[in-house]
Amino acid sequence: MQQATAAIRVLAPEALQDLISALAATRVVLGPVRRDGAIVYDEISRLDDLPAGWTDRQEAGQYRLEPRTDAALFGYAVGPHSWKQFLLPPREVLFTTRQTADGLDFLPPPAEERTYAFIGVRACELAAIAVQDKVLRDGPYADTAYAARRENAFIVAVNCGTAAPTCFCASMNTGPKAAAGYDIALTELLDGRHEFLAEAGSEAGEALLAALPSRPASAGDLAAAEAVTVNTAAAQTRALNTENLPAQLAAAANHPHWQEVAQRCLSCGNCTMVCPTCFCTTVADHTDLTTADAQRVRSWDSCFTLDFSYLHGGSVRQSTAARYRQWLTHKLSTWVEQFGTMGCVGCGRCITWCPTGIDLVAEATALREAQNGNS
Amino acid sequence: MSMPAPITERGAFVPTPYRVIAARRELGDTVTLNIAPQAGALPAILPGQFNMLYVPGVGEAAISLSGATEAAFIHTIRDVGAISHALTRLPPGASLGLRGPFGTAWPVAETQGRDVLIVAGGLGLAPLRPAIRHLLAHRERYGKLSLLIGARTPPDILYPHEIAQWRANLDLYVAVTMDRADAMWHGHVGVVPLLLPRADFDPANTAALICGPEVMMRATAQALLGMAVPAERIHLSLERNMKCAIGLCGHCQFGAAFICKDGPVMRYDRIAPALAVREL
Ligand SMILES: Cc1cc2nc3c(=O)[nH]c(=O)nc-3n(C[C@H](O)[C@H](O)[C@H](O)COP(=O)(O)OP(=O)(O)OC[C@H]3O[C@@H](n4cnc5c(N)ncnc54)[C@H](O)[C@@H]3O)c2cc1C
Ligand code: SF4
Ligand code: SF4
Ligand code: FES
Repeated sequence: MQQATAAIRVLAPEALQDLISALAATRVVLGPVRRDGAIVYDEISRLDDLPAGWTDRQEAGQYRLEPRTDAALFGYAVGPHSWKQFLLPPREVLFTTRQTADGLDFLPPPAEERTYAFIGVRACELAAIAVQDKVLRDGPYADTAYAARRENAFIVAVNCGTAAPTCFCASMNTGPKAAAGYDIALTELLDGRHEFLAEAGSEAGEALLAALPSRPASAGDLAAAEAVTVNTAAAQTRALNTENLPAQLAAAANHPHWQEVAQRCLSCGNCTMVCPTCFCTTVADHTDLTTADAQRVRSWDSCFTLDFSYLHGGSVRQSTAARYRQWLTHKLSTWVEQFGTMGCVGCGRCITWCPTGIDLVAEATALREAQNGNS
Repeated sequence: MSMPAPITERGAFVPTPYRVIAARRELGDTVTLNIAPQAGALPAILPGQFNMLYVPGVGEAAISLSGATEAAFIHTIRDVGAISHALTRLPPGASLGLRGPFGTAWPVAETQGRDVLIVAGGLGLAPLRPAIRHLLAHRERYGKLSLLIGARTPPDILYPHEIAQWRANLDLYVAVTMDRADAMWHGHVGVVPLLLPRADFDPANTAALICGPEVMMRATAQALLGMAVPAERIHLSLERNMKCAIGLCGHCQFGAAFICKDGPVMRYDRIAPALAVREL
């Protein structure tokens, strides 16, 4: 977006159908759809698949959809799904093995044939993908399947025009405006009109944008788009003060507050399942009784389960307090040491989808204040 | 110290086929396997590193190197659950999968010129054996060498014949202690740290290599600190649940460390704060 003002265009909503169709020619196109009372990510083919005219009401432990008074296509914050489920699938075959006369034969899963296009990736979600890139792609060993899916994905970002009360991306410097990591970024303009400002962030994005019906953006359009994300940031009511937080949490390992949270936490692991950066997985081994082929399958895991830390003789993290401490401290403290970034992007999902409404911002703040009081 | 291991080009999740060359029962529940690749050369490995051994359809376990020959890795496995049980039952000729080597090594090069104290509890002697063999093979490069071994009862002592050979070696002090003695045992009784005052070493110029149950490693490290061995020269080999061994599954985290890539061999000064936290 830096170099090419020429690549900033204004589109009518109908042009998004052309965008979807163009992408669908070579890719599986995924975007937000309304299902079972939530906005989730799934395959889309038509503009009508998007949840036009719907918004979400979110609070700690609460989520519900409501109609809007306009026909906005992206007039809601993030829901229970994230793009993680496509880049790091919840269940994935790692290999199949077969006993032959010569010994074992290991067959890697067939190479991924599907390439994705993601429509409606929010700024916090781009940040979450960048976090998972560091973990899964850029370490000493790469998850090559993740890296391939990631490399091949075409990303259409959407700058947020509405924030939920659970959102705190502005305080995490991850949103609400997409900064990098997209092919095209859209801002939905609803100031008495319904149009989209579209910016290309890659050559592929620029080429695709050039093929869509559009007009050049005026200074007024740019200002209107800027106002959208400025207002969204200003509307955020939650904020996490991250200054010195990693060190404070590291020093709070024995604080009684963990026990207090543990009285409310069910250790259900919802927070880890909805979190777009949580990457923990486990494996299971099966044998096919008819072919005698054995298969190793990887699936999402959660640090809230007792088995997660199992060692012969018993689990290391027996108590819920120890497991909640592991999760929160990893997100906001040790992740920084491990990967040079926090493991939280401020999307608020863990707050919304916690059945007892535990709020990581409130818990981190309470621990920080307790530490400040101690010192 | 950590280094990316040579992994099959099919991806770090896919094992390489190996075969059992020899299987030897060490103790009632413990077996040593010599394993060699079905095809191709044995990868380079360092004392202290581990491999992920896979039994088709059963699962994969992290097992430290307990020795190596020109052609085979040697692993000593205690039967404690489904995977280790399947591994200890593999007969010569059986197939298995291997990923690795992984993890950090005992600092055998860095400790040259120093006294070296090796402290093993139970099966902890297995990961230390390649280091002991290395020290003895290059005896002239080191100062005084001491090996302190703790076991539950006399029949639980691992590698008794090799220990007898080491004992016969005047250049290595060996002491063994039992949690519980039996009628035949006339040696020390009590926890391993009690042996420390018997070993001859210069604390200021000593490196300690410790492997065993975490409580034993903690107590030994504390005792060594009390004797003025510098914290940065105390090395422990830690164990955590491991699913991937390549830093991707999250299971082996210990504070900010991933035991699979930042460990298993870790410097005490770097992990002392984490070791002090319960249920971390
Ligand atoms: C670096 C390192 C080096 C090691 N070196 C050696 C060595 O040299 N020799 C040796 O004998 N051992 C060694 N171990 C320990 C060895 O890896 C474990 O003892 C082995 O994995 C045990 O596997 P198991 O299935 O036999 O036992 P179990 O203890 O039954 O199971 C272990 C695995 O199964 C899973 N599991 C267990 N119970 C359940 C349950 N109820 N539900 C779901 N999952 C469950 C656990 O998550 C765990 O991953 C080492 C470990 C590490 C980390
Ligand atoms: S920890 Fe919570 S707010 Fe942070 S990225 Fe994960 S789900 Fe979103
Ligand atoms: S914090 Fe909430 S969502 Fe997370 S495990 Fe505890 S109860 Fe479940
Ligand atoms: S064992 Fe998977 S991250 Fe270390």
